[in-house]
Amino acid sequence: MMSREFTQYYEQGTSLWQDAWIRLRKNRLAVIGGMLLIIITLLCLLAPVVSPYGYEQQDLVLGAAKPSLHHWLGTDVFGRDLFTRILYGGRISLMVGMIATLVALIIGVTWGAIAGYAGGRIDALMMRFVDIVYALPFMIFVVLLMVVFGRNLLLLFIVIGGVEWLTMARIVRSQVQGLKQLEFIEAAVSLGLSNWNIIRRHLIPNAIGPVIVYTTLTIPSVMLLEAFISFLGLGIQPPQSSWGSLIADGVDTMEEFPWLLIFPGLMLSLSLFALNFLGDGLRDALDVRTSKD
Amino acid sequence: MWRFIGSRLLQAIPVLFVVITLTFFLVRFAPGGPFSSEKSVVPEVKRALEAQYHLDQPLIVQYGSYLNDIAHGNFGPSFKYPGRSVNELIAAGLPATAELGFYALFVSVIVGMAAGIIAALNQNTWRDHVPMAAAMLGICMPAFLLGPLMVLVFGLWLEWLPVSGWGEVPGDKILPSLTLGAAYAAYVARLTRSGMLEVLSQDYIRTARAKGLPEYVVVMKHALRGGVIPVVSFLGPAFAGLLSGSFVVETIFQVPGLGRFFVQAAFNRDYTLILGSTVFFAVLIVVFNLLSDVLAAWLNPRLRNGLSNP
Repeated sequence: MMSREFTQYYEQGTSLWQDAWIRLRKNRLAVIGGMLLIIITLLCLLAPVVSPYGYEQQDLVLGAAKPSLHHWLGTDVFGRDLFTRILYGGRISLMVGMIATLVALIIGVTWGAIAGYAGGRIDALMMRFVDIVYALPFMIFVVLLMVVFGRNLLLLFIVIGGVEWLTMARIVRSQVQGLKQLEFIEAAVSLGLSNWNIIRRHLIPNAIGPVIVYTTLTIPSVMLLEAFISFLGLGIQPPQSSWGSLIADGVDTMEEFPWLLIFPGLMLSLSLFALNFLGDGLRDALDVRTSKD
Repeated sequence: MWRFIGSRLLQAIPVLFVVITLTFFLVRFAPGGPFSSEKSVVPEVKRALEAQYHLDQPLIVQYGSYLNDIAHGNFGPSFKYPGRSVNELIAAGLPATAELGFYALFVSVIVGMAAGIIAALNQNTWRDHVPMAAAMLGICMPAFLLGPLMVLVFGLWLEWLPVSGWGEVPGDKILPSLTLGAAYAAYVARLTRSGMLEVLSQDYIRTARAKGLPEYVVVMKHALRGGVIPVVSFLGPAFAGLLSGSFVVETIFQVPGLGRFFVQAAFNRDYTLILGSTVFFAVLIVVFNLLSDVLAAWLNPRLRNGLSNP
């Protein structure tokens, strides 16, 4: 009974979040970014409703046509509607962005929390490992892994997530190190909570601000990485496409049909813009100092 | 200072060791060897080829002899380019990549720092907003998009600049360098701005102004030294990024550099070339990280201690 009242009291008092929300709403760029992001996500999710054309619906007679009333962003060499393809490609790009970030988030938060909480030799060893992985030439390994182990979506998630968790681990570790000194953790220890429960229930929730901010900023870099891999022809394979692979296709034919390069590129940049502005806004609103190292 | 450099060099050893080991076993466990694509190869010939490259020995022996070779600076023969060693191939690709990387770094540091300083000195005016919006654009427009777009606009539509090649026609180095440098210029601009803003609000700047120093001395001499530290520590990782960015840029603009070699080697499963270039890249990255750390420590003596965890 008592503990419920207690939590209720504290839930009402979460003025940190209300404060942050008010500050975020005042940041015009962040609001625009957020709304843009919602619009883009909805358009991509509702692609079958928004667009009258099918993803693979061809019109070989038409071929590559300039943007017109029927095909807002034009068509590709097979007469497929570009707008439709961008929306469906966006599903993949956004999905990779979210899932790979989630992978990075889980690994990074767990790793950082354990290292920070354990301290001493375990901490030194775990962070030493992070330092070493940091110094590895990522892109080379990503390219290698994709070449070596075939080009499937699952591997893409793991590879990107496996590359992007390091900074998260560092941020969480430094947060936890600071929190660990505080009295409420001491109280939790003396109440006999297990280490895992202390990490899960007390340390991670209190380190959530920087984690949210950095997550928002990880999504664009993940999407960039996916686009880069797909651009090299190692990521998303036809018949599927992502913004990266659409750009790669567009480059091949840009002399005759520049719109096939420009519009997918615009869409990718616009989403990255939106995510970055939202992330910056969140950082200011939650008053987090993230060092990008 | 020397102790700091020494300890940093010692730290580099496990990094390089992990890189070599990981890459070695990664490519060896990969399905499909370097000779599997040539269907016409008779089993005997294949065996002879494998014997020639010591592929028939136990893996652990191959690994040991490879470590030994690398310790002597010998990356072995290439699988796909018969008669040429990996060292030769790297030496052939390096000049173009180094030149491209140098120009790109030059573009990013000069443009980025200038933009960042201007923005910081004019906080919240249009002189701040315009460079920062441009920087955001640079961050959100990856090289594989910016490059083709610049080719389209400056090469094909305006016909101002050549669209490919390296050192063949005058001006053909401009677009690749700009493409590669743009994203880093953007990061440098943002880092310079926030670094300068932080430094400019400090007491010693007020003291310098109170002494009646001219504004440009305050900015360029007193503030800049502290303000560029984030930029300097960014340059090491940035260099690593420049190298991998050069994969894309070299492919788009047909620059005969290391990045293109590497991508081709990966597709061809040219084991020794992959291994060699990966190790080579890793060494470069470690060296540049070290240089940027040393430079940062020189600029800010407080960094010299407690550098084990930056």
